[in-house]
Amino acid sequence: MTKIGLEIHSQLTNLDSKLFCPCRANYREYEPNANICPICMGLPGSLPRLNKKAVEKATLIALALNCSTPEKIAFFRKNYFYPDLPKNFQITQLNIYGNTSVGGPGHIIIGGKKIRITRVQLEEDPGRLIYEGNSSKNQITLVDYNRAGTPLVEIVTEPDFENPKQVRDFLNILSNLLENLGVSDPSLDGAMRADANVSIEGGNKVEIKNIGSFHDLEKAVHFEITRQESLHSRNIPIPQETRHWDDKRKITVSARSKEEELDYRYFLEGDIPWVRMEKDMLNKLKKEMPESISSKKERYVSKYGIPAQVADVLSSDKFYSDLFEESYNEKNAKEIANIITTDLMGLVDTREKRELSKFTSAHLRDLADAIQTGKITRNSAKNALPEIVKTGKDLSRIIAELDLGNMSDESELSKIVDEVISEESEAVKQAKSNPQTVNYLVGKVMQKTKGKADPKITLNLLKKKLE
Amino acid sequence: MHQVKNGDISVEEFTAKTMERIHQVDDSIHAFLHVNSDAIEQARSIDKKIKSGEKVGDCFGMPISIKDNICIKDTKTTCASKMLHDFVAPYDATVISRLKQQDAIFVGKVNLDEFAMGLTTEFSAYGPTRNPWNIDYVPGGSSGGSAASVSAFECVASLGSDTGGSVRNPASFCGVVGFKPTYGLISRFGLISYANSIEQIGPITRTVKDTAFMLNIISGHDSNDDTTIDNPQDYLSGIDAGIEGKKIGIIQEMVGEGIDPVVLSATKNAIAKLEGLGATCEEVHLEMVKYSVAAYYTITATEAGSNLARYDNLLYGYDFPVEGYEFNSYISKARTKFGPEVTRRMILGGFVPSAGHAGRYFLKALKVKQKLTREIEQLFKKYDYLIAPTVPVLPFKFGEKINDPIALFLVDINTVTANLTGKPAISVPFEMSNGLPIGVQIIANSNKDKSVLQAAYALESTVKLPEVPI
Ligand SMILES: [Zn+2]
Repeated sequence: MTKIGLEIHSQLTNLDSKLFCPCRANYREYEPNANICPICMGLPGSLPRLNKKAVEKATLIALALNCSTPEKIAFFRKNYFYPDLPKNFQITQLNIYGNTSVGGPGHIIIGGKKIRITRVQLEEDPGRLIYEGNSSKNQITLVDYNRAGTPLVEIVTEPDFENPKQVRDFLNILSNLLENLGVSDPSLDGAMRADANVSIEGGNKVEIKNIGSFHDLEKAVHFEITRQESLHSRNIPIPQETRHWDDKRKITVSARSKEEELDYRYFLEGDIPWVRMEKDMLNKLKKEMPESISSKKERYVSKYGIPAQVADVLSSDKFYSDLFEESYNEKNAKEIANIITTDLMGLVDTREKRELSKFTSAHLRDLADAIQTGKITRNSAKNALPEIVKTGKDLSRIIAELDLGNMSDESELSKIVDEVISEESEAVKQAKSNPQTVNYLVGKVMQKTKGKADPKITLNLLKKKLE
Repeated sequence: MHQVKNGDISVEEFTAKTMERIHQVDDSIHAFLHVNSDAIEQARSIDKKIKSGEKVGDCFGMPISIKDNICIKDTKTTCASKMLHDFVAPYDATVISRLKQQDAIFVGKVNLDEFAMGLTTEFSAYGPTRNPWNIDYVPGGSSGGSAASVSAFECVASLGSDTGGSVRNPASFCGVVGFKPTYGLISRFGLISYANSIEQIGPITRTVKDTAFMLNIISGHDSNDDTTIDNPQDYLSGIDAGIEGKKIGIIQEMVGEGIDPVVLSATKNAIAKLEGLGATCEEVHLEMVKYSVAAYYTITATEAGSNLARYDNLLYGYDFPVEGYEFNSYISKARTKFGPEVTRRMILGGFVPSAGHAGRYFLKALKVKQKLTREIEQLFKKYDYLIAPTVPVLPFKFGEKINDPIALFLVDINTVTANLTGKPAISVPFEMSNGLPIGVQIIANSNKDKSVLQAAYALESTVKLPEVPI
């Protein structure tokens, strides 16, 4: 049986400051080496100052993954030399004195399958290396320390996955969960990274390191299973080893054996006293914990009668569910869910689009109102959306500017209906024998009115005239 | 200082005198690595404050020397190592900013064993410091420059750091007071780490009162150091409370095998004096002391191996071009600037906590630390203080013991316990032998720093040492 275990690294992108210093956790908007200080640069005499907010956010993740929380947490040093590591050690967590990481064993159910979580730990991210120059002779390595010391949560699972599909489902649910908790924005470049271990029946465990995105993680796991199966089918033994993910060629390559033998000489970080996980803090977190995605979905279905599929889409993306929560009321919930998941979705499906969008929950409320009161048709609403997203103007102004107002003047509509009846003699004949096909004629009227015709009145007119 | 406080002489005059004294004697004792050329200027500005009736700090004009592993903004901080030959600190250590606020004057940075690893100051990359009582003798270490500069009247007080006795040992050898506080009492922010889980900054002064005065300024919680404790005290008030009725344990493991008979008799005299002041003294045992030095070296090497790993010369250090090297060969090349003792401990620090060996060395050392702490806390249920000679041997000559590990073991054995257990300990100069001072050490339970100073003050009041000959 194939066994896959994951180590997911998620940055706590929504924090203000780094894990041990006052520099910004959001390092992305700075010129290289402009978001640094003596602490994150590890200058002689500097000491780490633990960001308690980071402990809380990491604990929130642990609680959401049903992990146990220890009485006290401790930090350890992982010692190795690397140019992106200013102190030449990384401050991380370890469980050599019992569970002293923010999260102990937990689990999450994915599509009916239980995935066990080994632990959740809090650690600092290193800086970034940038390689320039193309030949090995003139290649230079640049170091940007802006990221050094930013808070990172590592989520380690047991080897409970059996195929890449399960891995993908888990990753989808996990990234939605992290976003829903408000701890991380998974769409940010580099916010999610992973290591994986993969073994097939009769083979040894192979670790894959440095997978830069969730997208690649699934690919890497898939590649590795195929590679191992192909070796196995030719009776070539699969050695226990560490491999790296080559994100350009999309393959795994064997790491130099030297790296596997690294001895990290872990020991307690004496500069950070053990932190007691106070009951009050845990209770407060549990109380403030946002509603889980599954309970949100459940509520949407049972309370507002939203179809399960729509509720699924709505609840698993925080951007959509926030819009929904801000704009719905008892009467318009279904309409709003509908607008979000059919017409709005394509306009705000990427991070860039969301950042540029001027669309607000107020617009959404107005749209639902306008549809329900017959001010505009669904079709017109759809036509109004791109303009709202682009300009942020009031719905009423957009209706006026684009002339989207509902055509409900019967005499005017009647003329158009007559036109359609005379043009579509074949369809009229059909509709007379089979009333089901009358919708075709409604569509034609819509076409002529650019979607503005009131569908109810149109239908009534047609029925009357066809009798 | 009295004259300055009374206004008989100006801060500038007093500072000029101190600087003159440094120029006079430092050629022969070499306590200073850098002398502050702005000291007179700073003195003038304090005088100006006084004249204009502005409020001045408690330390106004007090000349203080600082061990060169404590950061002063815009000042070279070398740790007496070639590795940090050109490192200029971009910030003040917390102890420095607190002293600055009180208008202290830093007369210069003083010598130490490289990165504070040593007992004699012979391991400084910039040459040893000499003992002001006899320049053929070592001043002790690693804060040898601090103790020598106070002893030779080159300053009123100094700040050193004590990882395994590095404040108390040179204080004992140079005939001055040296105090290692409870772990966490003084912020380590700006102290360049050697073994961060056990070391503390500590004052070196000529009198116990001066130590209390310094503590009032530099101790206390600091948001820049998560390990600091919040226990505000006035260390000066009630310093003369005396020790009547106090119970003192004499640690037998620290007055046993290998102790110099002269030191032993001095210790006995001190005990007699303390009893004369109304204390009762009894022999006690601290069994784990015999493993303490081995545990100490294992723990310090492990932490040093990690703390000093950052010195790869990529961002600061000394003049050495980075380009053209592969990373690993660059690292090895850059780190050859470490001296022999630091290199030895780095190698040890790579070995004792490593995967295959931690169980036999590092984890055992931690166990010793834990057991020793439990044992000493048991004693403090019954005794107010523990007493022992600070160093069981007399000061020795240069080169005499540097290659004799067993002799050096004896130099360490009485001081490392306070570090491994986090307890406050003070060395008080007590007697002279052949013109060289002998110190007595008093240890108390955690957060009893004020109580230690009271006992030290009582013992000090029974002592009259001769003038330092230099
Ligand atoms: Zn920083």
